[in-house]
Amino acid sequence: MPEFIVEWLNQNDIFTAMTLMEYWDGLVTTVHLVFLSLIIGLVVAVPLAILRTVKNPFVSGPIWLYTYLFRGTPLLIQLYIIYYGVAQIHGIQDSFWWEIFREPLYPALLAFTLNTAAYTTEIIRGAIVATPHGEIEAAKAYGMNWFLRMRRIILPSAARRAVQAYANEVIFMLHASAIASVVTIVDLTGAARNIYSRFYAPFEAFIFVALCYMALTFLLVFAFRKLEKRLLRHQRPVSS
Amino acid sequence: MKKLMVAATTALALMAGGAQAQDRDLRIAFDVPYEPFEYRNDDGELTGFEVELAEAMCQEMQANCEFVIQAWDGMIPGLLARKFDLIMSSMSITEERAKRVNFSEPYYITPGGWFAPESFNTDVTDMAAMEGKTVGVQRGTTMDSYVTENMGGTVNIKRYTTAEDMVLDLEGQRLDVVFVDYPVGEQTILNREGFKEVGEPVKLGQGVGVAMRKRDRELADEVNAALKTLKEDGTYDAIMEKYFSYDIKI
Repeated sequence: MPEFIVEWLNQNDIFTAMTLMEYWDGLVTTVHLVFLSLIIGLVVAVPLAILRTVKNPFVSGPIWLYTYLFRGTPLLIQLYIIYYGVAQIHGIQDSFWWEIFREPLYPALLAFTLNTAAYTTEIIRGAIVATPHGEIEAAKAYGMNWFLRMRRIILPSAARRAVQAYANEVIFMLHASAIASVVTIVDLTGAARNIYSRFYAPFEAFIFVALCYMALTFLLVFAFRKLEKRLLRHQRPVSS
Repeated sequence: MKKLMVAATTALALMAGGAQAQDRDLRIAFDVPYEPFEYRNDDGELTGFEVELAEAMCQEMQANCEFVIQAWDGMIPGLLARKFDLIMSSMSITEERAKRVNFSEPYYITPGGWFAPESFNTDVTDMAAMEGKTVGVQRGTTMDSYVTENMGGTVNIKRYTTAEDMVLDLEGQRLDVVFVDYPVGEQTILNREGFKEVGEPVKLGQGVGVAMRKRDRELADEVNAALKTLKEDGTYDAIMEKYFSYDIKI
């Protein structure tokens, strides 16, 4: 480590090696939680989005209801219901479910996944519905069946339209994960709150954690810009 | 203008010193309700441990006391703005506050208490037995510091923002035991079925003191003298026993 950083670390009370480790552990927890919920959420959302566009109301109706419920209520409330509500169910402590719901990580993961899946479903559905008729007609003219059409034409085309909105969803999810600290998970925000309450130093504790979130966001924005460039490379001018 | 007059009178009275304290006016601020320290009884009268102690203290100091209701957020600003002269509203003595106000000697300290389900049979002071247990505390409290410092490596500590969340998790069996401000535990945990107190209450922190403006040094001396007398002549104990089943004297 450079000399001046070591010196500065020795001078202040708050950013000691110990608290920096707490922040690091919090960062790992945040990334772990957000990454898992986004991956599972996306995997769930793609089939749901396709089914949501089906004309049969018995197929699309329940999915509409699900996205309506989870987009219509705050994530904090969903987390409270899943974490504290489930613990109130009579006899749950003696069932095997308690293995999952005892620790806060899985309830939080479940709440985050259901929430992001609902938003992602609607994002992808919107992109699917907006597929130009010409593309579908052309695919039909080639004799492609529904499955092939979906795989080769509609989904790739929808992915290009959805990627920008989805990038926003990913960033929102990262920031929304800050509420994990209310169910005793020590994520980045949890670490900041612990350190704040120990030193009564709101500026140091929270500005540092804000910078951590900003760095993470920057990485995400950068990654999505690369992805967008790749997906939309056919729209680039030929010369460049 | 009126404020100025009052301030001037107070200042004059203070300058006159202890000898002529007979008709001194003092205004004491409370934040209600905070049972059993200060609250309104069924008839709407202000009462509670600190209110009665304040009354006894005023009698001892031979001062005319007026009780003022002030919300917590405006306590120290109100004191500094001379809206009242003393705060006796369960204000814990901390270094941060001591930079802005002058504290008397502490007049009470609530211990932290251990509370657990009936089935919990571990000695909380036995570190080997406590190994791997999950302990709940309220974040940033003296109880939090105590558990973190003394049991940090041994037990699994979960920190909560509110006492309600913590009690819910104790009920939901996510926590083995909680360490919480005794009055809070007594009200929110012990009155539920299936819970008990374990071990001995532990006195933590510097206690609660009367807060005054820094410049009112003579007043601080008088308050300290009055509190000392009350603690020694049994008045304090009599008031304490009316409200508490455990010792909060310091």
